[in-house]
Amino acid sequence: MSKLLTTPLTTDVIESLNCGDKVLLNGIIYTGRDAAHKRLYEIIKKGEKLPFNLEGQIIYYVGPCPAKPGTVIGSAGPTTSGRMDPYTPILLQHGLKGMIGKGLRSREVVEAIVEYKAVYFAAIGGAGALLADSIKEAEVLAFPDLGPEAIYKLRVENFPVVVVIDSKGNDLYKIGRERFKKIELA
Amino acid sequence: MGIREVHVDEIIPVVERLCIESNIKLPKDVKDNLCQALEEEESPLGKEVLKDIIKNTEIAERKNIPICQDTGFAVVFLKVGQDVHVVGGSLNDAINEGVRCGYTNGYLRKSMVVDPFLSRKNTNDNTPAIIHTEIVPGDKINIIFAPKGGGSENMSALRMLKPADGVEGIKRFVLETVDRAGSNPCPPIIVGVGVGGTIEIATLIAKKSLLRPLGQHHPQPEIANLERELLKEVNKLGIGPQGFGGLVTALGVNIETYPTHIACLPVAINIQCHVARHLEVEI
Repeated sequence: MSKLLTTPLTTDVIESLNCGDKVLLNGIIYTGRDAAHKRLYEIIKKGEKLPFNLEGQIIYYVGPCPAKPGTVIGSAGPTTSGRMDPYTPILLQHGLKGMIGKGLRSREVVEAIVEYKAVYFAAIGGAGALLADSIKEAEVLAFPDLGPEAIYKLRVENFPVVVVIDSKGNDLYKIGRERFKKIELA
Repeated sequence: MGIREVHVDEIIPVVERLCIESNIKLPKDVKDNLCQALEEEESPLGKEVLKDIIKNTEIAERKNIPICQDTGFAVVFLKVGQDVHVVGGSLNDAINEGVRCGYTNGYLRKSMVVDPFLSRKNTNDNTPAIIHTEIVPGDKINIIFAPKGGGSENMSALRMLKPADGVEGIKRFVLETVDRAGSNPCPPIIVGVGVGGTIEIATLIAKKSLLRPLGQHHPQPEIANLERELLKEVNKLGIGPQGFGGLVTALGVNIETYPTHIACLPVAINIQCHVARHLEVEI
């Protein structure tokens, strides 16, 4: 059974999540990948105003395909999260509560997830057509010059994700593997 | 045998169609293997992931949209018959024009940046294509279009082993590379291994090995056995679908070899995600 969650996320809700939980997200989420993260980071460093309030929000690491006429968005699956690691702790410090991506995170990010009580979700990498079905509205919010890397504001309904790193720092990528690992590399 | 003329105007729409169709529909061998993986996987979460991955390919086909939003580097393998005369312009320009049309008219994502570390400005049409050309006997042009995602490309690796490292060294390098990649390249993956040649031949044959259908092993029995053995070993790593833990980390290991220097044993590993797209046409 999946847990139903609505954004923005509160600390209480985040603390109730455990790694391995299946979640269906509802509400507003924001997209951002490499180039947008670099800009958000620079805006914070300069003390300027961010294009949206990070408090309680979720950033989805995605660069969607262009929408065909009559559709909301093109295929829109997650990109590899690790590339956003250098920019992530400062965003968490400024109120960001959730991230959706795929793949491993750095030690610094896991520590920041625990410190600021946040959560890292994975969506299925390579399932862009399926995930686009759960995106009901999309508008470019900032950095339109970045093309597929612009920040979009998305309204999602029952967007399927899995909790990979919970607010206690438990990591499904480690725990899940241990259950099935049959060899040790020297 | 006479020279056959092929006009670039004939090539451009073919490449355009290859871009669009390869991104929407997976080859049958990959789809069949994903269904087989679903049978073999024991992790409940892993099974659900595989079901969603299969469902995703069905949605993409039904809606005529890309399977994955990363519609990739536009990788093109060309075999040009030596009795072909391309007229009306340059062959490479025609390929790039086809890519430009395909990625624009097909609503595919444009992922190429002009320069790798200065402006990183998007070229906005997914050109330039990555073109590998071979001159072969005959009067045909064979085009394989194989879009390649960035996430799995990033997990690829090259190592110049010592000849003394031998087959054990190759196995260790493959296992270490898949282990390190973990959940990043969207498992279940296909592992392309290129052994021999020079540094650039090793990487090229690693990528070419990914074009071979799953389950079709190398014609040389020792290498075919190594492919089977490595697949078993890789699947003992426990990474599983999407890295959530499970039995199916890889769908296949394909190895290609090339003669090399007495001092050398280059090994390249090209990791391919489960969206293993490629489509072939002969003109």
